[in-house]
Amino acid sequence: MAFIDIKKLRKAYKGAGGHQVDALRGLDLEVDEGTFLGVMGQSGSGKSTLLSLLGGLCHPTAGTVLVDGIDLYALDSERLADFRREYLGFVFQSFNLVPYLTALENVMLPLAVQSMPSTDKRQQAMKVLDRVGLSDRGGHLPNQLSGGEQERVAIARALVNQPPLLLADEPTGSLDTATSAEIMALLRELNEDGQTIVMVTHNVENQAYFDRILVLRDGQSASTDINAVPLVTNFA
Amino acid sequence: MNLRTIALNNLRRRKSRLAFLVAGLLIGVATVVTLLSLTRSLTMEAEHKLESFGANILITPKSDELSLSYGGITLGGLSLDTRELREQDLARIETIPNNRNIAAVAPKVLGAVKVGEARVMVMGVDPRAEFRVKGWWNVDGRRMTAEDELVAGSRAAGRLGLRSGSTVLLDGHPFTVTGLLRETGSQDDDLLIATLSAAQRLLHKEGTVSLVEVAALCGDCPVSDMVDQISAALPSGKVSAIQQVVKTRLHALEQFKAFSFGVAVVVLLIGALVVFVTMMASVNERTREIGIFRALGFRRSHVISLILMEAVSVSLLAGILGFLAGMGVTRLLLPWLAQGHPHLVWSPALAGGSLLMAVLVGTAASFYPALHASRMDPTEALRAI
Repeated sequence: MAFIDIKKLRKAYKGAGGHQVDALRGLDLEVDEGTFLGVMGQSGSGKSTLLSLLGGLCHPTAGTVLVDGIDLYALDSERLADFRREYLGFVFQSFNLVPYLTALENVMLPLAVQSMPSTDKRQQAMKVLDRVGLSDRGGHLPNQLSGGEQERVAIARALVNQPPLLLADEPTGSLDTATSAEIMALLRELNEDGQTIVMVTHNVENQAYFDRILVLRDGQSASTDINAVPLVTNFA
Repeated sequence: MNLRTIALNNLRRRKSRLAFLVAGLLIGVATVVTLLSLTRSLTMEAEHKLESFGANILITPKSDELSLSYGGITLGGLSLDTRELREQDLARIETIPNNRNIAAVAPKVLGAVKVGEARVMVMGVDPRAEFRVKGWWNVDGRRMTAEDELVAGSRAAGRLGLRSGSTVLLDGHPFTVTGLLRETGSQDDDLLIATLSAAQRLLHKEGTVSLVEVAALCGDCPVSDMVDQISAALPSGKVSAIQQVVKTRLHALEQFKAFSFGVAVVVLLIGALVVFVTMMASVNERTREIGIFRALGFRRSHVISLILMEAVSVSLLAGILGFLAGMGVTRLLLPWLAQGHPHLVWSPALAGGSLLMAVLVGTAASFYPALHASRMDPTEALRAI
């Protein structure tokens, strides 16, 4: 059985003007453990909706999402929160660090509601901060860090609870080319260490780092063949 | 790192919002503390004042007979009981356990004398104690001090044609009128008031007194306790509390308290509203942050706890500062509002109460905002993902 198993996933919502928008129309997808999946497509193709549904953040109109055999939308809202804490690491678009917490505190955030000694929490956070190359920046507030550093803190935060699945939404969207390359290399490294990653992007330059891609068009899968997508296509 | 760390860091690193939240509750707590401590200080002062407006304990000789006098009407000739209290026994009143609460002991001797053809009642008193107990006595002229001096009640003076400086013969003994008592509307108007020793000699009642009025300066000890203590010290006396005085005093205090509690409730409601509005605005402003928390796996209950922890911390701070500010304002206002020498009452109960009140009001007012925050849809809250 695949690590991620999505069946006939539909998501419709009311758009501007009151008419119904079908963000996803019966998507089927299976992803094995250890995959680095790139989700690509134009704006409005349903990429972000897929990531939200995979992350248990909103409810589908129809269909099922199974992660490690767990039917996400059979869980009540509190159990779904527990699932997110235990199974997922989120890397958000535009970092989404908490402005009044230092880099180290931001990294420790997912551990804040877990019962473990605070020295262990700190140790674990220091370890991932070191892993993303920021062990000397732990005491800085987000506004004292560069964009690339903030992104690294966000990745460290996503990794701190050792989640089986890392979800990333345009993690390089607001970074320059050189920093983007560094971040992608870091994600690739993590994947090579066995981390399953699903990443949404519209930057085709990132394609080289994925070992599998899903191209979405109008809420449906247009292609899952990494070689079928020409590198010059601009999805933006 | 736990929820408390997040809450405290938020407050510590966003000082302007903290200041606004604290200010809302602080003003409420400070007002309540000011009102309550002012009331307490003024009440203590009022108790002293009320006490000086009249005696509240009466000691009369023990009698087996029922009184034949009511409201100034006496059934003449039937009052046969002539027992008296011994003056030397009165010293024992000062030995009771609550003796520090006794403001004044005013002994009197009463009897009738002849002035010309008229029979007049003479009252011998200890001038210092008597004028202290009868705060409402006003004398035109001066008080009597010497053995052959007296102050005449207004009706007695009118009837006998007395003026300040005139001389009058009581049972043949000459007395100088040093002053006239202004009309009091009581039986005092009919009296000639001399010193205790002069009246005792005149009435042939040396060493005895007819009754004693006691003013007890007791804020919170029950008057009945003092009555029991005096009864034990003076077995020959019948000691009774004048309930009217006691009741009037209690009523005045109750009104003070009811007023300040009423105002306190209104001010606290306004304080709660300020906290509610600020907390609600703060939660809406932190929509994205709460979305992050939820996405990272915080349960709804965790979000509620986080907001309430902030509310409790803010409330505790507001409670402490509000108490101190309230006491400060009381200290500033007290000299203007009270005469005499009122003192500031530092009450641990008020300190604890204001902390508890701040936390209760702050938490209650933050409960709905916390619930609202926990209900936020994480996708809506994050918008971007």
